[in-house]
Amino acid sequence: MKKAITLTVNGDRRELYVATHHSLLDVIRNELGLMGTHRGCDTGNCGACTIQVDGLAMNACLLLAVDYDGSDILTIEGVAQEGALHPVQRALVEKGGIQCGFCTPGMVMNALALLADDPHPTEADIRARLSGNLCRCTGYAKIVEAVGSVQ
Amino acid sequence: MSTHIGQRLPKLDAADKASGRATYGHDVRLPGMLHGAILYSAHAHARILRVDTARAERLPGVKAVLTAADNPPTHFGYGKDQTPFKTVARSLRDEIAAVAAVDLDTARHALSLIEVEYAPLPPVFSVAAALAPAAPLIHPAHGSNLFQTYHYEHGDPARGEAESDLILESTYRLPYVNHACMETSVVVAHYQQGGRLTLWSTTQIPFLLQRDLAEALGIPGSHIRVIQTAIGGAFGRGLDIYPFEPIAALLSMRAGKPVRVAFSRREEFLAGPARQPAEVSLRAGARLDGRLTFREVSAALDIGPYVSWGSVTPLVMMETTASLYKVPHVRFRADCIYTNNLVTGAMRGYGNPQSTFFVETMMDQLAEALGLDPVEFRLINANEPNSATPQGLVITSCGMKECLQAVAATADRGADRPGEQTTVEPIHGRLDPAAGAHKRGIGFAATLNVGGGARIYRSDGCGATVKVDDFGHVTLITGSTEIGQGSETVLAQIVAETLGVHPQDVSVINADTDLKPWDVGVHASRTTFIAGNAARLAALEARRQIFETAAEMLGVAPDCLIASEGHIRAADAPDLPPRLSAPTSALPLARVVRQRHFRQGGQIVVGEGWYDPPTQMVDKDTYKGNISAAYGFGAQMAEVEVDTETGQVRVLRLACANDVGRAINPMAVEGQIEGGAQMGLGYALSEELIVANGQALNPDFHHYRLFTAADMPPIETIIVETDDPGGPFGAKGVGEMGGTPTAAAIANAIYDAIGIRLTELPMTPERVLAAILHRDLESA
Ligand code: FES
Ligand code: FES
Repeated sequence: MKKAITLTVNGDRRELYVATHHSLLDVIRNELGLMGTHRGCDTGNCGACTIQVDGLAMNACLLLAVDYDGSDILTIEGVAQEGALHPVQRALVEKGGIQCGFCTPGMVMNALALLADDPHPTEADIRARLSGNLCRCTGYAKIVEAVGSVQ
Repeated sequence: MSTHIGQRLPKLDAADKASGRATYGHDVRLPGMLHGAILYSAHAHARILRVDTARAERLPGVKAVLTAADNPPTHFGYGKDQTPFKTVARSLRDEIAAVAAVDLDTARHALSLIEVEYAPLPPVFSVAAALAPAAPLIHPAHGSNLFQTYHYEHGDPARGEAESDLILESTYRLPYVNHACMETSVVVAHYQQGGRLTLWSTTQIPFLLQRDLAEALGIPGSHIRVIQTAIGGAFGRGLDIYPFEPIAALLSMRAGKPVRVAFSRREEFLAGPARQPAEVSLRAGARLDGRLTFREVSAALDIGPYVSWGSVTPLVMMETTASLYKVPHVRFRADCIYTNNLVTGAMRGYGNPQSTFFVETMMDQLAEALGLDPVEFRLINANEPNSATPQGLVITSCGMKECLQAVAATADRGADRPGEQTTVEPIHGRLDPAAGAHKRGIGFAATLNVGGGARIYRSDGCGATVKVDDFGHVTLITGSTEIGQGSETVLAQIVAETLGVHPQDVSVINADTDLKPWDVGVHASRTTFIAGNAARLAALEARRQIFETAAEMLGVAPDCLIASEGHIRAADAPDLPPRLSAPTSALPLARVVRQRHFRQGGQIVVGEGWYDPPTQMVDKDTYKGNISAAYGFGAQMAEVEVDTETGQVRVLRLACANDVGRAINPMAVEGQIEGGAQMGLGYALSEELIVANGQALNPDFHHYRLFTAADMPPIETIIVETDDPGGPFGAKGVGEMGGTPTAAAIANAIYDAIGIRLTELPMTPERVLAAILHRDLESA
């Protein structure tokens, strides 16, 4: 079954006709072609699909698209403004927080939400908040350092 | 003077990855692309009597349905025991049929419409059952469930025993673990008119995959092009061909459209390769003066229903057993055994995390029994530079002692402020009956790993081409593969250093078999050393051509020229910023290239390099030989706190020292060690794919626990530089060593805390608590 919904994605209004069992992740990747939001598990355990929905960081794989009709969505593609990386992105690049990079967009989206809530998190806060974002490459040290350097 | 070697240069591809612009395997979309899905067996061991696909084929949107009836008449894979689809299922992950459809929903629906009739066969779910007399045979043509036995010996173990003042023995159990790459397995296959197959793949072995696929599909390798996408983690998963790859190609051939096959996470755990579980027994001896006398290992590996390169991991277990420390007498035996359990494969460390665990926990046991300090005991027996092991490893640079001393120095500092000198004494919980329920301990382990390639294939080589265009821009085309480890950045630094340009002025092309020269693949921590040497040779040839022309322009001999900051100048010219020096004494690189190119009889600047290290394949009977052109060393120190009431082990800190020859990019080296440690911590404490009756019971990240950012201890990385004589700018490989000694260091720290030796991984709270209760019962 399909249903018409409207989403605002990275500032653009998009009218979509989506299957009722498809997640926001399905729609973002397959209907909108925004491939920066990654699918690492589809079960809410890895954080690779983290987006912001009306300003809150969420796992897009757990959200049915039809439940979010009218929402304002930010994906990784909407983070860099006029081609300039956001300070969180720049810090991840410069501090070596990116290896294969598959976890990176989710890390960025979650870190942005964290910094919006608390511009001066402690290292323990950062580790706790990013604990829903799995990374298999970096051991997290440089990711935590990068996020902590953006204050 | 080096300017780009040793720099903490950010990865060249990092900005794209940070902004969601990198194209991973999962992101590839081609016009008209179909989505494939695979039907797996419902029985771990069964003959397939009938597969009825009629209803699936009639489903609107289905474009191809394939079964074993469509198999090419060939076998493929390391053991040549694989077919795309099976007529006999040998595990629950065996492929019975596959569908390509216009979308994934339709493909999955179609799978549910396929009817399969099985005749179950008696299954074999353990190595003991597999080797029992009259056990059902998994591959009757092989005649036995024992696929292969490795036998190795040096010295005379009986004499070693006789000379021992002390002999200890223990047994170990090692679990299934999964690579857990954040990106699951994926391939897009496009079979075009004219018989050319293009594959978008996350493989680690693009050139061997051409060969493997040719065999699997019965088409010439020259018709196969492999394009590597950005790769979301590999760690050995991509070291073999697996059936989903030929299946995608066969579906594309049948449907005449590109076909994508992408694993779900559950599928990744169930149908992807796991590290083989093993049961190991070890005996070892030493003299009262602390010198090792002998080591004897016997291991049984459950390799599952098919053979992959993972079955070669005993070679590395053997290397650790025979050559980690100086051991005069060694015997090693490993049996690789077919079962109806999970498929297994190669995984980062390739046998070394396993063998370092048992060898290094035994080292601790011996030290304690001899009354020696564990670090002192290791130093007495440590490998040394410019030596050869009885196995035939030729060790050139070796910083093993420095690594041990470096981590020992960190142990003397308190846990609360890692990195800072404090007066807090480490607590050895087992020696302190006054300690409460939380007991602390420290443990050490060292590691030896190949760092200059590993000749497990007829060639261990890599090719490279360096071209310099008339804008002075440099392009490196390398056979090697970027899997996130940062190889393209390190190679750009090597080329930049050689040509005197900035690494940002070097583009790296490394992802297309139609463009790049041959390379055996990304494994065995080999890329910095092997691809680095190849890139350096190619850059040196390009530089020779540049100097030839610059020498004419400057009226000097080529051998007195140097290249730096994008300019060529005579070595004795004043070392001024290029702008200020006289135009005749410092030529911009671009001008030299144009001068060489744009003239009658001109030439372009292109250098080629091929590096195949001066190593040997091990002898097929004795397993001796110098398999690598350099060896990396490392040591780790773990401090833990054990909650004796819950069995919970918390790692308070980890110090990792690694001899990397020379760190071309220290930030990338640290990243390898920190990431390796994350895997090592998981192997030690939390990761286990639990398998019962051939079925993985926890195939998701909720029940298969990776270390998260909150779980990780602080990690202190210490880089020890030894300047390897064969490495590019002295560098050796480091890709695997971050995680090889971790489990042993933690097990030794747990012993220090509670006085119990744990010999089964992972050391979960349940196992730790059971061991404590058992000990308390025994002593009561
Ligand atoms: S894909 Fe959504 S949490 Fe993993
Ligand atoms: S960088 Fe590879 S998963 Fe995080």
